[in-house]
Amino acid sequence: MNSPSDSPILSLRGVYKYFGGIKAVDGFSLDVAPHSITGLIGPNGAGKTTLFNVVSGLYKLDSGEIRFKDERIDDLSLHQTFHKGLCRTFQISRELKLMTVLENLMLVPPNQEGERLWRTWFFPGRVKDQEGEIRERALESLRSTGLFHLRDEYAGSLSGGQKRLLELARTMMAGPELILFDEPGAGVNPSERLTLADRIRRLVSEEGITVLLIGHEMELVMDVCDPIVVMDRGKKLAEGSPEEVRSDPRVLEVYLGGAGS
Amino acid sequence: MGMEIGGILNFLVSFAIMASIYAIFSMGLNVHWGYTGLLNFGIAGFFAVGAYTSALVTSPMPTGVLTNYVKQAFGLNLPFLVGVVAAAMVSGLIAALIGLLTLRLSEGYLAISTIGIAESIRIFFNNESWLANGPQGLIGLPQPLHDLFPPGYYNYVYLVIVLAFLAVIYVALERGIRSPWGRVLRAVREDEVMASADGKNVFLFRLQALILGAMIMGIGGALYAHFSAAIQPSVFEPLFGTFIIWAMLTLGGTGNNKGAILGSFIVWALWSWSTFVILKIVPRGFETRAPFIRYVLIGLLLVIILLRRPKGIIGEERQVSRF
Ligand SMILES: Nc1ncnc2c1ncn2[C@@H]1O[C@H](COP(=O)(O)OP(=O)(O)O)[C@@H](O)[C@H]1O
Ligand SMILES: [Mg+2]
Repeated sequence: MNSPSDSPILSLRGVYKYFGGIKAVDGFSLDVAPHSITGLIGPNGAGKTTLFNVVSGLYKLDSGEIRFKDERIDDLSLHQTFHKGLCRTFQISRELKLMTVLENLMLVPPNQEGERLWRTWFFPGRVKDQEGEIRERALESLRSTGLFHLRDEYAGSLSGGQKRLLELARTMMAGPELILFDEPGAGVNPSERLTLADRIRRLVSEEGITVLLIGHEMELVMDVCDPIVVMDRGKKLAEGSPEEVRSDPRVLEVYLGGAGS
Repeated sequence: MGMEIGGILNFLVSFAIMASIYAIFSMGLNVHWGYTGLLNFGIAGFFAVGAYTSALVTSPMPTGVLTNYVKQAFGLNLPFLVGVVAAAMVSGLIAALIGLLTLRLSEGYLAISTIGIAESIRIFFNNESWLANGPQGLIGLPQPLHDLFPPGYYNYVYLVIVLAFLAVIYVALERGIRSPWGRVLRAVREDEVMASADGKNVFLFRLQALILGAMIMGIGGALYAHFSAAIQPSVFEPLFGTFIIWAMLTLGGTGNNKGAILGSFIVWALWSWSTFVILKIVPRGFETRAPFIRYVLIGLLLVIILLRRPKGIIGEERQVSRF
C-alpha cells in the first residue's frame, strides 16, 4: 500500500478553466497517489470531463499548475502528454470506425519504426519484425478483454460495451503510467462491467499503473476506487474512502438534490 | 471509315500513356484524400508546377530567331530525370508552405487555399510572360531517349517510361500505406482527436501526406509535359486538371491504389473515346460545346457508380495494415 510520504504521481494546484461565463473547473486541486485507483465523481456538468481535457492537454487551462511525476505538463498538448506516460479515454467512446479492431490497437504503441515513411522503404525488415511484435501484443490484449473473435471487424461495428472493452485494451497497448478513464462503465452490461472492474484492478496490481477514473454510476466507482474525490460546480466537495464519501451529507445532497443520476 | 491498324495502335498507346499519367495523379490524391482526409481541390496547381518546372529545367534557352518568339526566365538544358526530380521537389515545397499555413486551422482552409493557389499559379504563368512565355507556353520540350528510336515508335518508349514511374510509385505507396505510417494517416482521417490521444502528432503526419501527394502530382506534371512536348497555362484549368482526377479516384475506389489506377483508365477511356461519338451525334455548330458534354457524361457515370457502389468500384480494403 502507499505510504503517506509517496509523492503524488499527478498533482493539480488551483486549476481554472472557464468557457465564457461557465466556470467548468473553478480552482481545483488534487493529488493522485501512485498505484492508486482514484475515483472522481460528481453530478452532470460538475466539470469532471473538462478536468480530464485540461490534464491530458486537449484543452489549455486558464491558470493553475499541473505536475505529472514532478514535471509541469500544463503546456503540453494531447499527443505530448501521451508520450509522458499519460493515457486517457473519452466519455463518449471514440474509436477509429473504418479501421479494424486489431488496427485500432496496433496504432497505439509509441515510436514505432514504421511510422517513418523512409524506414518502410529502406529498412522493411526491421519494420516487419516490430510489426510482428506489436501484432502479438495487440492480440494478447484482445484475448484478455474477450474481444479476440472481433479482431478483424470494423471498430465502428462494435456494441457499446465492446467499445468500452476495446478502449481498455487500447490503454494496455499504450504502456502508460497513469490512465484517465472517463466513465468507462457507461453503456456496459453487468457481465462486461465485471470484466472491466477486474481488468482495471489488475492494471494496478500487476503492472503498477495508476488510475484516475470518472464514474457517474456509483457501483463501479464504489467497487474499485479508493480514495474517491467528489466534484461539484468546478470545485472539490469532498474526498475520502468510499465509506466516508457515501455517508457524507454534502455528497448525498448533491446527488439527491442535483440533476439526478 | 477504315482506320489502319497502325493508327489504332498509336491511339491506344497515347491513350495508355495519358491514362497512366492520370493514374499517378489519382494516387497522389489518394494520399491526400483517400488515406489522410485532406481536401485538395487544387491538383491542377501541382500539375502545372511540375510540368513547368521540368520544362524549364530540361529545355535549353531559346537561341537565334526563336528569341523573338519565346521568352523564358531560364532553360537549364539538364537531363529528363533531373527535371522530374526538380518537379517533385518544387511541388513538394509549395505543398509544405501551404501546409505550414493551413494545416493547423480547420480543414476548410486547406480546401479553399488549394483552389485559390492553383488558379493563382495558372494566372501567374499566363500573365508573367518573362517566366515561361505566357499564354503561348513552351513548345518543343525535350523527350527522353528521343533520338534513339524512329519517330513513329517513340510513344512506345515513352509508355514504358511512364509505366516504370507508375510501378515505382505504386510499390512505394503500398509499402507506406500498409505500414504503421499509413495506419497513422488513416487514424488521422478517422478521428484526429483520437489519433492525438494515441500520441500521434497529427499536424506532422498531415504535412507529410500533403507533401508526398504533391510530389507525386509534380511527377505527373513532368511526365505530361515531356509527353505532349508542349504546355500552356490553359491546360491547367480546374476541370481538366482537378475535377477529372477527383472523378477518377472516386469512381475507382477512394483509399485503394488499384482503384485509383482503374478509375483513371475508365474515366480517361470515356473521356477520349466519347470525342468521336459526340462529334458524330451533335448537330452542326455545337462541336465547340462537345467538351462540356463530356463532363456531363463523366458526372453521370460517377453518380450511377456511386449509387450502386458508394465506395467506388474497388473501395478501401478492410485490413489495410499488412506489412
Ligand atoms: N468545449 C466546451 N465549450 C463550452 N462549454 C463546455 C465545454 N465543455 C464543457 N463545457 C461546460 O462545462 C461544464 C462542465 O462540463 P463537463 O466537464 O462535461 O462536466 P461533467 O463531465 O462533470 O459532466 C458544463 O456546463 C458544460 O456545458
Ligand atoms: Mg463528463
